[in-house]
Amino acid sequence: MSGHSTYNPTNPVMKWLDARLPLPRLMYDSFVSYPVPRNLNYWYTFGGILMIMMVSQIITGVVLVMHYTPDVNMAFDSVEHIRRNVNYGNILQKWHAVGASFFFIAVYIHIARGMYYGSYKAPREILWMLGVVIFLVMMATGFMGYVLPWGQMSFWGAKVITNLFSAVPFFGEPIVTWLWGGFSVDNATLQRFFSLHYLLPFVLVGVVILHVWALHVTGQTNPTGVEVKSGQDTLPFTPYATVKDAFALCVFFIFFTAFVFYAPDYLGHSINYEKANPLSTPAHIVPEWYYLPFYAILRAIPDKLLGVVAMFGSIAIWFLLPWLDTSKVRSAAYRPIYKQLFWILLVVFFALGVVGANPAEGWWITAGQILTFYYFLHFLVLLPLVGLLETPKPLPSSISDSVLANGSAKAPAAQPAE
Amino acid sequence: MSTADAHDANRRDFLYIATGAVGAVGAASVAIPLIDQMNPSADVLALASIEVNLEPVEEGQSITVTWRGNPVIIRHRTAKEIEEAKATPVGDLPDRLARNANLAEDAPATDENRVIEGKEQYLVQMGVCTHLGCVPIGNEGDYEGWFCPCHGSHYDTSGRIRRGPAPENLHVPPYAYVSDTLIKIG
Repeated sequence: MSGHSTYNPTNPVMKWLDARLPLPRLMYDSFVSYPVPRNLNYWYTFGGILMIMMVSQIITGVVLVMHYTPDVNMAFDSVEHIRRNVNYGNILQKWHAVGASFFFIAVYIHIARGMYYGSYKAPREILWMLGVVIFLVMMATGFMGYVLPWGQMSFWGAKVITNLFSAVPFFGEPIVTWLWGGFSVDNATLQRFFSLHYLLPFVLVGVVILHVWALHVTGQTNPTGVEVKSGQDTLPFTPYATVKDAFALCVFFIFFTAFVFYAPDYLGHSINYEKANPLSTPAHIVPEWYYLPFYAILRAIPDKLLGVVAMFGSIAIWFLLPWLDTSKVRSAAYRPIYKQLFWILLVVFFALGVVGANPAEGWWITAGQILTFYYFLHFLVLLPLVGLLETPKPLPSSISDSVLANGSAKAPAAQPAE
Repeated sequence: MSTADAHDANRRDFLYIATGAVGAVGAASVAIPLIDQMNPSADVLALASIEVNLEPVEEGQSITVTWRGNPVIIRHRTAKEIEEAKATPVGDLPDRLARNANLAEDAPATDENRVIEGKEQYLVQMGVCTHLGCVPIGNEGDYEGWFCPCHGSHYDTSGRIRRGPAPENLHVPPYAYVSDTLIKIG
């Protein structure tokens, strides 16, 4: 996609800089003249939204560290101190905490969009896999961040999640002791989580740069899944995509800030306003909402090691998605059966979240097992089979053809049916 | 590479391998402290032992004490609980090992091996679910022993896993009677 650079500085200072370090040229080629498919819909704006959310989390995080104390006796109070005493602290702390939730909302939409439009298919496998790495780093970062306020849910969440590693055969116990720096989750654990919670976002920035780099090598997919064939199919990133992304960001921020200002604790757990107590597990412990589907998969398997394997496997399987999906057609808009499977998977994933939020009793266990079974069935059996059996709808000959057809008659749906 | 370079290869190869070897040893010797610093520090390891007086613990009552940052459950069991625990054949248990730090590792999970002989009314065990480390709740679950609220593991009146995802019986910490009613854990 990256063709000949059209950057042509007239300002003598910029000319001087361009001959020495062509950073403005890189920025211009990547974010101004960069050609994007002209039919991108709003589902494609979440990449930009995620970029802003990442920056927002880093800025608020750096600011919060100026007031937070990573010590088992002081951590809980220091977070309250931020919320009550620090100037604008109540907004900054909530911006960061709610921001984590909205970061995940955006990333889930972004991943679902990739699955719907087949964005993972050749030649974008590396781009997709980097995305899965980003998701894993986000999960680790979010988990460690949630431990820092040192409430009851922080503590027991940390204990349960670190204990996942005790399922490792033979080395389980030494690994967990090494992770904790003791025989239980304690001060040593809190301090290292704090250190890593500060480090990982910058690792994230690095992987995101690779992700964007890979994106700019292959070019974006689009709702038709047909590759860009000529200049007619594209528009320059600025102003078209910039404005679209910015508008979507504003709408996203309306919801985000509504939570920050009016329901900052709605997405959390009230039990986390109780200081951590290593001697008493809350009656019903659950992770943050964004981990619930995976937590449900963990609990669905009545064997410790296999449960942990299934949980990690449920994300690891995404790495194989480019090869599990055997269809030659990218976009679900032209794949009548896959389209239905996609929505079923989305419902199953959401239902797993509901199961994960409920106690592991009675028929919740059965429901979790059925849903977990279907989740793996989708990726390991249905996806490879459907690609071979399904008859896709005829594809438009080019993006511009599809856009023009959309203008006159109602041709193949370019947006996921809602 | 020209032929002249290839001619000199012996000396260069030696330097190359020797430098690489020094580098590898250097990297390993730097990695060890960086990794090992995360293991428990001396003060954490030094938290040796605690003494607990069992006298005030009435029959049917449980107390929880802290040892090395973890809860230890001490239960004064009723005669019915002991009977139930003894009546369970080891063959019916998911985990057939006693998990008692005071006994050999392969000791079978009989009720006798979970307690100290002559003091079988006092069950001393870690309050750490062997699944993912939550604290099980007493007098709960299908076997009237302990129930872990996190992922639904049921333990019997001997602290042995009966149903649920936990792979092992609740661990019995190292302890001994100092006097008739005083135990020392650790």
